[in-house]
Amino acid sequence: MTGVRVLVGTRKGAFVLTADGARRDWRVDGPLFPGWEIYHLAGSPADHDRIYASQSGGWFGQQIQRSDDGGLHWEPVGNEFGYASVPGTHQWYDGTPHPWEFARVWHLEPSVTDPDTVLAGVEDAALFRSVDGGRSWSELSGLREHGSGPYWQPGAGGMCLHTILPDATDPERMLVAISAAGVFRTDDGGKTWQPANRGLVSEGIPDPDAEVGHCVHKLASHPSRPETVYMQKHWDVMRSDDGGRQWYDIGGDLPTDFGFVVDVHAHEPETVFLVPITSDAEHFPPEGRLRVYRSRTGGHEWEPLTAGLPQEHCYVDVLRDAMAVDGLDECGVYFGTTGGQVYGSADSGDSWTPIVRDLPAVLSVEVQTLP
Amino acid sequence: MNATERSAGATSPGTGTGTDTGTTMIRLRLPTHLRRLAGVDGELRLDVAGPATLGSVLDAVEERHPVLRGAIRDHTTGRRRPYVRFFACEQDLSHEPPGSVLPPAVVRGDEPLLVVGAMAGG
Repeated sequence: MTGVRVLVGTRKGAFVLTADGARRDWRVDGPLFPGWEIYHLAGSPADHDRIYASQSGGWFGQQIQRSDDGGLHWEPVGNEFGYASVPGTHQWYDGTPHPWEFARVWHLEPSVTDPDTVLAGVEDAALFRSVDGGRSWSELSGLREHGSGPYWQPGAGGMCLHTILPDATDPERMLVAISAAGVFRTDDGGKTWQPANRGLVSEGIPDPDAEVGHCVHKLASHPSRPETVYMQKHWDVMRSDDGGRQWYDIGGDLPTDFGFVVDVHAHEPETVFLVPITSDAEHFPPEGRLRVYRSRTGGHEWEPLTAGLPQEHCYVDVLRDAMAVDGLDECGVYFGTTGGQVYGSADSGDSWTPIVRDLPAVLSVEVQTLP
Repeated sequence: MNATERSAGATSPGTGTGTDTGTTMIRLRLPTHLRRLAGVDGELRLDVAGPATLGSVLDAVEERHPVLRGAIRDHTTGRRRPYVRFFACEQDLSHEPPGSVLPPAVVRGDEPLLVVGAMAGG
């Protein structure tokens, strides 16, 4: 019987939400790793029993946990993320050089073909890979060393590599995004990288169309159309049709183009979901109304989706890794809030139901579609 | 191997020094998060070879429980994590160098060495 498993990372532990294909009745398990910050959990597309979790905290550093039975049991694996070379410096908030220091793993991206291969995006920004199920990690240092690294600056949340977007049709190609450096592209499996920020304009940096320095919040694409990439930037919702070489604005009639999440429908490459947030100064939905916006035209034209979502007195945020879609015939969409709610839609966003309401602040939401 | 973990209660307090093998039994208390991570309950008892110092005790517990590597001390620098503290005999040993010999009561096994997470915030 088909079903879904929603993996939720929060400020105080992880939760696993499971349902059958109808997605009406949910089982809630957790907290796993209680008291720890779980920035991200991700299931292997190659083996749905294999799940990786990034467990971290200000007191005891970074752990990577691995489950081989769908989240019932977990094992701590490798937690040593050593930069491959003398790290050097990047820009600090005040513009002075600051040594590169590992802080935490923000995002895990398991391989689509090998359960033991997984990429990790970390703060201070770098990309690591494990080919032994998370037991050891090696940096793909060509990203950090390609030349612009000394000019990267942290965003308010730290200088994090938060998005890893492999090209589903070509294992040599990949995009990553860093706050607040921007998008970078490799065409040779991570050996060499180029900035991919042409067309981005950011008023908060001295040169608005600089090659690097843009606060990109999230990227998303459809596996069948890897050259089409959607972006939620600090401000601006953008699109590229050539794998990030050139971007253009698709904010259109959105009430605000600030936000964090963006995701694409599982079966409709031109259907995109966002949760607009008022502004960089007010991290909550406009007018206290929680609305997902959907475009069925690849951008420009957006419709608010409100059925089942609070339309008054709602002042939560939806963070960059906290939205996901499932692959069932009628696409399910899920997102979590800083108020601890996880909402799900079993009809492509037309209607929403809170799966759970009172978790700790949600940092990430991923979903596995089960056979 | 320079450390052996004993089950709690295997050695009574006061027998921490002068073992036949030249090791010192040190009682070590970990905070909840680290006990869960290591999969242990209660107080640890570690046989530490050579002088019982902060550094040798941490080496011993990390050898016995490799999952704790990087959790108490930074992998790269070896420095104590900022919000981790070491207490014993009502003293804060957090700023002592790793080679500092532990207080006699800890070396004798009369008192435990405490690893404390300075919990704060929401």
